[in-house]
Amino acid sequence: MTLLQRPLLVLLLLVTHHLLQCWIAFGSVDEEGQKQEEFNEELLLKPLPDRKVLAHFHFQSSAPPSTSNGRHHHLFPKAISQLVQKFRVKEMELSFTQGRWNYERWGGFDPIASSNAKPPGVELWAVFDVPQHQVDASWKNLTHALSGLFCASINFLESTSTYSAPEWSFPPSSGNLRYGTLPREAVCTENLTPWLKLLPCRDKAGLAVLLDRPSIYRGFYHSQRLHLTSTGSGSKGTDSGIILNQALTVVLQPIQPNGLRASMDHASEKHIQPSWSLSSIFGKQVRGRCVLAKSSKVYLQLDRGLVAELKRIHKENEKSVANGLTSENFWSYPSFELSANPDRIVIEENSLHSKSSSILYNFQVEKYSESEPLDLGLTWKIPVVWLCQSAPLHSSRFLMGSGNERGAIAISLKSTQLREGFMGAFADNERCELRVDVFQVVPWYVKVYFHSLQVFIDQQPKAVSDVIEKIHVSPSKDKVSPGMMEMVLKLPCRVKSAALTIEFDKGFLHIDEYPPDANQGFDIPSAIISFPNFHASMFFLEDGSVNKSPLLSKFQEKSPVMSYTEVLLVPLTTPDFSMPYNVITITCTVFALYFGSLLNVLRRRIAEEERFLKDKATKKTGQLPLLLSKLSAKLRGRPWEPPHSPPSTSFFISSKLVFKVILVAGLAVGWQYYFS
Amino acid sequence: MQKMGKQKNKTASFSFWNWVIASIIFRLILIYFPKNLNLASRPEVSTPLTSFRRLAEGYWLKQLSMSPYAGFSFCFFFFSLCPTFFNFFFILIRQKKEMYLIFLVFGYSGSMYHGSPLLLSLLGPLTVKRIEGQPNHLLYSLVSVIADVVSAILIRATGKNLRLAYLRSLESLDIVQQTKASGEFFKILSPGDAAALIYLWNPFTIVACVGLSTSPIENMAVILCLYGACSRLVPLAAFGWVIATHLSLYPAILIIPVIFLLGCGPDAPPRKLFLQKNNKEEVLSKSKLRLGFSWRPITHFAFWALLWSAYVLVLCGISLKQFGGLWEMFKSTYGFILTVEDLSPNIGVLWYFFAEVFDFFRNFFLIVFHVNILFMIMPLAIRLHHRPCFLAFVYIAIFSMLKSYPSVGDSALYLGLLGWFVNELADIQFSFFLFCGYVGVSLLSPVMHTLWIWRGTGNANFYFATAMVYACLQIILVVEGVSAMLNHDRKLRNLATSKPQDAKS
Repeated sequence: MTLLQRPLLVLLLLVTHHLLQCWIAFGSVDEEGQKQEEFNEELLLKPLPDRKVLAHFHFQSSAPPSTSNGRHHHLFPKAISQLVQKFRVKEMELSFTQGRWNYERWGGFDPIASSNAKPPGVELWAVFDVPQHQVDASWKNLTHALSGLFCASINFLESTSTYSAPEWSFPPSSGNLRYGTLPREAVCTENLTPWLKLLPCRDKAGLAVLLDRPSIYRGFYHSQRLHLTSTGSGSKGTDSGIILNQALTVVLQPIQPNGLRASMDHASEKHIQPSWSLSSIFGKQVRGRCVLAKSSKVYLQLDRGLVAELKRIHKENEKSVANGLTSENFWSYPSFELSANPDRIVIEENSLHSKSSSILYNFQVEKYSESEPLDLGLTWKIPVVWLCQSAPLHSSRFLMGSGNERGAIAISLKSTQLREGFMGAFADNERCELRVDVFQVVPWYVKVYFHSLQVFIDQQPKAVSDVIEKIHVSPSKDKVSPGMMEMVLKLPCRVKSAALTIEFDKGFLHIDEYPPDANQGFDIPSAIISFPNFHASMFFLEDGSVNKSPLLSKFQEKSPVMSYTEVLLVPLTTPDFSMPYNVITITCTVFALYFGSLLNVLRRRIAEEERFLKDKATKKTGQLPLLLSKLSAKLRGRPWEPPHSPPSTSFFISSKLVFKVILVAGLAVGWQYYFS
Repeated sequence: MQKMGKQKNKTASFSFWNWVIASIIFRLILIYFPKNLNLASRPEVSTPLTSFRRLAEGYWLKQLSMSPYAGFSFCFFFFSLCPTFFNFFFILIRQKKEMYLIFLVFGYSGSMYHGSPLLLSLLGPLTVKRIEGQPNHLLYSLVSVIADVVSAILIRATGKNLRLAYLRSLESLDIVQQTKASGEFFKILSPGDAAALIYLWNPFTIVACVGLSTSPIENMAVILCLYGACSRLVPLAAFGWVIATHLSLYPAILIIPVIFLLGCGPDAPPRKLFLQKNNKEEVLSKSKLRLGFSWRPITHFAFWALLWSAYVLVLCGISLKQFGGLWEMFKSTYGFILTVEDLSPNIGVLWYFFAEVFDFFRNFFLIVFHVNILFMIMPLAIRLHHRPCFLAFVYIAIFSMLKSYPSVGDSALYLGLLGWFVNELADIQFSFFLFCGYVGVSLLSPVMHTLWIWRGTGNANFYFATAMVYACLQIILVVEGVSAMLNHDRKLRNLATSKPQDAKS
């Protein structure tokens, strides 16, 4: 009996526990069957060709239209929903990034690279659901709210000289879009903690446990992103459903355990990829999911290049061993070993690039618990070398010229060898053209001469009108708005390299406008190069569960391939910061010299004229003293007596002087008395 | 005697034209140097107002929507995007001629071009036109050269006019012999030729001309105004005044010398002197010199000035009709001049002052510095009203010294005009010191600029110091010039009044 009872009890407990979890996770169960607030957490791990590992955390919270719930939320962060309601944000993305995404090595074509790789510092763009004239005001309020929310100086994006309104080159093109960046913003844990606070489990449970600060900030690239879309109808006012995507992308260098390194022979050590596990890269393991999460998954992605390479190796092995292995059976490859068995393998459905398709190994976190943590690890057995798929053109940007007076910005686009494969798809057109969109914002103190735009294709100068199909510039306004340039380039498909140069003058600022370390220079934000003909999307084989995964559905979204260029550092001339008083006094002295000496020359009389004037003066015998004496006589109430003789006048003057002094003193006393 | 004079005149004029041609050839040689010797980007030559590159930028922005590659796609895009641009589109369809207007507005909304829209449409096309095998901006440089030569010819004509007036006044005072005895220089070179040659061969003028700045044209407008007033061509004077004011605002104060010029004729000794003489000798020489102030030409001038300014404003208004209008133009031209927004270094002193001054005091000092120009107008006008041309020279010198964005082109103008008064200012003090100062500053200033901006070894203070010295030199020149002119008048009076006494004794 007891033997039978115990499993029953356990079962009962389990069932109630599950029910409880369901109840918590799905919030209040509505009879009308409305959508619930949901939270999903996912982690994607991906080995990178240069012995690094990419970890991409993706947390999605969604709130249904809030008529049913009122202002109350179960899972969704209230701060964000208030933000959306208050400022009528239609779509917004905020990213904090440190380090630069290496487009050559870490790929530039997949969804992670093109939509999650961000420029260094802070980037914020937002689309508002308000009339045109209110957009700027909403933007200002939003920046202040966000800077409070994330402990960052996003409020510097408030001034009109820092943000711009791209018309069409930035992907979510809309009239109400504002875009601003702060390239020099330092990103640290103080920004991460408020970001984690938006998660229902914070970093106490679920996948966020892995976000151990020291190991994250040791990485080569770190980008935390917050993307929200409110899908509500604007007519109903506050009524809106909000989807909040929080993504954190880290590129980490796995630390080789010393023992392992010693055991390996030196010849293969150089080529073999480092083995890693969650505990070795993050120092933590996943001990079960966040109970509030609807789904909690870990993916391991092998990208297209790697899969192709593995297939090649496998085929070679097949030839040598003559071993009948099906090609789908990747995870049991002898080339690497996973420390945990994947629950499912998802293969990318690839129509365009038939060469190979990437593979996702899916691990359900629910299956793991405190006692049996998920410590996903990958151990390589044979050396593999592969390349990530990069964007059709590799873009970089640099400064030209020397000195602090003027310079030039150059954007160079170099074709990548992988391009040949894609071109096949577009080659059926007779005039094969590659469309490249360039979006560039320059601060006002970099005064760009748009007429000096030059285009070089394969090192040959070309007429601007041949290459640029569409251009929109809005020149900068001193201290008011930055310069913005949007261009559509049509390059021939066989182009090897293309370069754009544009000259600028360096502006001179007021001493108060220089940042504390003025000699370090000023940053020009990254330019955005996008390829609208290419879409960085991955389609996965239709499966009921796949569609439900927010991360994979995000991957399936059709978004153009995008890449950010480097941030440029422009040194500007500095005045002498210690000089204001000297400059003011010296300049004013010169002005006084001018005024004084010129006036002096104009009123100067030389000997003869002076004598003449004196004669005149003596003849007149002073009208003014006469009047004064009359006035004083009246004031004193005595009949006026004309002054008689010189001695008497002198006496009179002295008495008048005394009277004046007394009058002034009396006035002063009266004043003092009255006002005190 | 007369024959000899004629011969001398002939040789003088012959050599004058030789020098003019030589100066043109010299300019052309400099223009044919590669990249104009980089003069176009020197801060001494191109200020934000006169810079050639900014003009080209303005013109490019203006042209952008007309060019085939951007025009319609751009507009069409807007058309499909937002309804506010709907109107624009229809306007563009309806009147193709005004297609550039969208971009003209963009050009003005930017902080690059601050010149007049007329200059943009007149000189703009020359910034892009190229002749194969010739330097890039040959046509534009040729326009500058022509402007310089025309200015020189007008200066010469005005100088001749002044000389005649001077001689006439001396004759009426009967002191021709004494002055001839004292002034040696007068015999050698007529002031008109001197002024014109100084203007043509001044390194500042040459540099401003070769450096593709717009100051030759502004200078030409000012000289046109003075020439018109001197030779009593009222419409011409009004035209010059309106255009000069339109281009660079400061010549507006030249209205006072122009009124004096039209009212009582060109420079002469003080009127009191003639009256004294007339009283003493009881000889009415009013037929020779008009002593009164005639209001008729002034009213004419006012009428023509109104007409021309209305014309200019209408032209500007047409070119800016739908977009921003005239207010936008005033804000970005005159507003830019008066508020000293651009703090890039130039040879003036205001840029560094406003880069350093506390923001709180900025408006106060803006007012103080501009009022400094205005304050001196009245005293000078009272003291020098009998010498309107000299008054104009002093005004030009003052505003080219105190203006917000001075360039060497402005200095070239007043240095050229200085030649008109070679006889009167013959005994100016410190002339050698001033000459050396000008040479020294114009050599040191580029050196300091290079040290600061290009090499990074210098400091802004060094460059500012040269600017201060330059300002001081100009102050000394103005002050000493005025002083010498007043002394000259005193001398004339002494001669005129002492002559009868001498005869008696």
